[in-house]
Amino acid sequence: MSTNPPKIAELKAEYENAPSLLKGDSSAKEWLDIPVEFRDGNWCHAAKPEVIENLGFNNPRKWSPDDPDWQLEEGWQQIVLAGMKERLGQFRSFKLFMDICVRCGACSDKCHFFLGTGDPKNMPVVRAELLRSVYRHEFTWSGKLLKGLVGARPLTEEVLKEWFMYFHQCTECRRCSVFCPFGIDTAEVTLVGRELLNLAGANINWITKPVSDCSRTGNHLGIEPHTFKSVVESLVEDIEDQTGITVNPTFNRKGAEILFITPSGDVFGDPGIYTMMGYLMLFEHIGLDYTLSTYASEGGNFGYFTSNQTAKKLNAKMYHEAERLGVKWILGGECGHMWRVVHQYMDTMNGPADFMEEPVSPITGTKFRNATSTKMVHIAEFTADLIHQNKLKLDPRRNDHLKTTFHDSCNIARGMGMMEEPRYVLRNVCNSFNEMPEHTIREETFCCGSGSGLNTDEYMDIRMRGGFPRANAVKHVKDKFDVNALVAICAIDRASLPPLMNYWNPGVQVYGLHELVGNALVMDGEEERSEDLREDDMLEIETESPVQEDDA
Amino acid sequence: MKVVYPLIAVIFLSAVAFAGVSAGLDYLFGVIIPYFALFVFLSGFVWRIYDWVKSPVPFRIPTTSGQAKSLEWIKKNELESPSGFWGVVGRMSLEVLFFRSLFRNTKAEMAEDATLAYASSKWLWMAGMIFHWSLLVIVLRHYRFFLASVPGFVELLESVDGFLQITLPTLYLTDLLVVVALTFLVLRRLVSVQLRVISLSTDFFPLFLILAIALSGISMRYLDKVDVVAVKNLVQGLTSFSFAAPAEIGAIFYVHLFLVCVLAMYFPSSKLMHMGGIFLSPTRNLANNSREKRHINPWNPDVKIRTYAEYEDEFREKMIKADLPVEKQLPAEKE
Repeated sequence: MSTNPPKIAELKAEYENAPSLLKGDSSAKEWLDIPVEFRDGNWCHAAKPEVIENLGFNNPRKWSPDDPDWQLEEGWQQIVLAGMKERLGQFRSFKLFMDICVRCGACSDKCHFFLGTGDPKNMPVVRAELLRSVYRHEFTWSGKLLKGLVGARPLTEEVLKEWFMYFHQCTECRRCSVFCPFGIDTAEVTLVGRELLNLAGANINWITKPVSDCSRTGNHLGIEPHTFKSVVESLVEDIEDQTGITVNPTFNRKGAEILFITPSGDVFGDPGIYTMMGYLMLFEHIGLDYTLSTYASEGGNFGYFTSNQTAKKLNAKMYHEAERLGVKWILGGECGHMWRVVHQYMDTMNGPADFMEEPVSPITGTKFRNATSTKMVHIAEFTADLIHQNKLKLDPRRNDHLKTTFHDSCNIARGMGMMEEPRYVLRNVCNSFNEMPEHTIREETFCCGSGSGLNTDEYMDIRMRGGFPRANAVKHVKDKFDVNALVAICAIDRASLPPLMNYWNPGVQVYGLHELVGNALVMDGEEERSEDLREDDMLEIETESPVQEDDA
Repeated sequence: MKVVYPLIAVIFLSAVAFAGVSAGLDYLFGVIIPYFALFVFLSGFVWRIYDWVKSPVPFRIPTTSGQAKSLEWIKKNELESPSGFWGVVGRMSLEVLFFRSLFRNTKAEMAEDATLAYASSKWLWMAGMIFHWSLLVIVLRHYRFFLASVPGFVELLESVDGFLQITLPTLYLTDLLVVVALTFLVLRRLVSVQLRVISLSTDFFPLFLILAIALSGISMRYLDKVDVVAVKNLVQGLTSFSFAAPAEIGAIFYVHLFLVCVLAMYFPSSKLMHMGGIFLSPTRNLANNSREKRHINPWNPDVKIRTYAEYEDEFREKMIKADLPVEKQLPAEKE
């Protein structure tokens, strides 16, 4: 099958000319009358049977979403409906959100997938109705009695296919929930929806494979301990080549003060590795007593996109390892959904973490009071504090070759409320920072289009459409301020925004925040630097500057 | 279909009351049905709230719409990302009283050159505010029928509401506003394609029903006037649980009363329960302090994890080769 999105000219022409619901095309059909259509680029590969077996999930088999017959097991409807009933009793959010939507339409044009596809089922309200219609049919007397008259329908294979398609056209970014007058969060609906798909045996490989690998090796990419170490060591060599300074990360070291956990994408993926180099340089510069772990070598949590049990299972390694190593607290790298889980779930799922201490920055003495129970601090909080207390020597001119803008990650903005810390750091490490337009940043930020475990190649069509609102906002600052650097604090962003930018805004590169910190950091005894961490030329810096010393 | 059916239903219900009272069923419509409706409303409302509350809130999941409490020198936004109880009270008050989230509404537009633009859009917010507040004032104004002497706050409300002092009896502004707002809310569901697609019959039915209640009420006051004293006697009879037969009141009153009863009975099983539900929404009514205070999940499942020991057992040899520290050494072999 094609791994390519439509040609950009074709997609643009579609946006410009084709009638769509977004543009108020009046011929729009009832969503119930539109069949599900699997075509190239709009579905993800099914989970492989061996992966499903490893994880002990239901109905391992070889199948594909575009098969007419999904080989569902006998009685799958009962399994799904029982699962739904169980979750109605477990999650007040889910139950309430099934009941109280008034279909006011405030959310209808807030979803990046709707803006990019014009598909009525991508309006958050309808995406939830896909499930609500079945809920009404099975669990409300009016639905049982009046059926279609009150928007109720039975669970059929067609409906399950629709769920599969549209619960994977939701990145669980929560943008709609900001606008909903009742705070209805589609993520709560599709998270449960995906649990139900999981029960029915309709999983995607891009999510379940990393879950399975993470369980075994400690990280999504399936990197074994020795390889993890040697890859980090190769980054150490790169740092040495560039700066002349040898940084000394340690691994699985007992007695370290801090355990540092970041997504494995930072260790293995370009451009995440440059962010990793930034962390390592920062820690060296401030003399942090920290260790990496090959066992808890993943910050991200694709389990969260499968089921809450799976999320808990993968997340448990963080505390388990922190306890074994005897660290005082945990520092976490730049990642979106990792932080949604750490901030809103970890303590509840796997706490209490009373074997650790309340986090205090060993450099500044600052107490991170907002993390007293969970005992895990976000690197942007940590670095913002360092900068605020004047503990870093920074030369922002070293990033003068970059005109930056900042992409708020959905989970960081709407799941943590972290908006200022990364901006503060960014302003201190570069001289050109330009905000994207209002309604596209902070709590109204647009998803990269590939979050929640959907950043797989076969899904490019939907990803490029879903990322369109983000790309469009970047284009605005690119045209206006010549922005060439899109800075993000999320590993999925760093993996998925580069293809999005290549598609919509060629010339814009994607950076991690701490890559820019690494560029700007003036380390003791460093060699003169003329290239940034990814070996692009810096602009020449005038020699009379105070930080660029002697050597004339 | 989803528009016509509810419309027919409301017309039919009005006709039922009209025909019933014309046929002399005053007692049924004036006494029995109101008591029954009240019973259904109260018990249904309580049951729905209980049914929701019965399901726990396993995770603390506020949607943060502003800067969280963080380092001391970073300005926090207590109303959009509350860090504690009073912040939550503030956030919820804004939400319930002023529809804060709806106020944020934007409208996305795709321009000719395939660029997206977002403009602030306050129409829905405005119509929602006018409708809900007018309805509240109208309901409170009806309080005068329930008590022998009219309480002061009702008189105040009436004088403010009727400050225009046009027409006789004086026109209440809210009567006008509620009809205008309802008309707007119906029309937007018909005119906007997006709204048409998402609307169900159950979205039109309450709108038509409340509109019919408003119109019948208005016509009683301004046009086809009914015997207000008889109405007051009936209502006070009901509130004092006297099952006396009502005096002769115009049929239009019974239409009004019956539709109110229908609304009350319909309420608990419908989307109108958003009135109670909004207070329970976990994305709004929880503080964003989950790293500071541990939240408890009552059904926190036991999940088998892969422990470090199991991990080391699988990779011990490779780890030792790579100079990674291990808990257990390899068993002494051969030699």
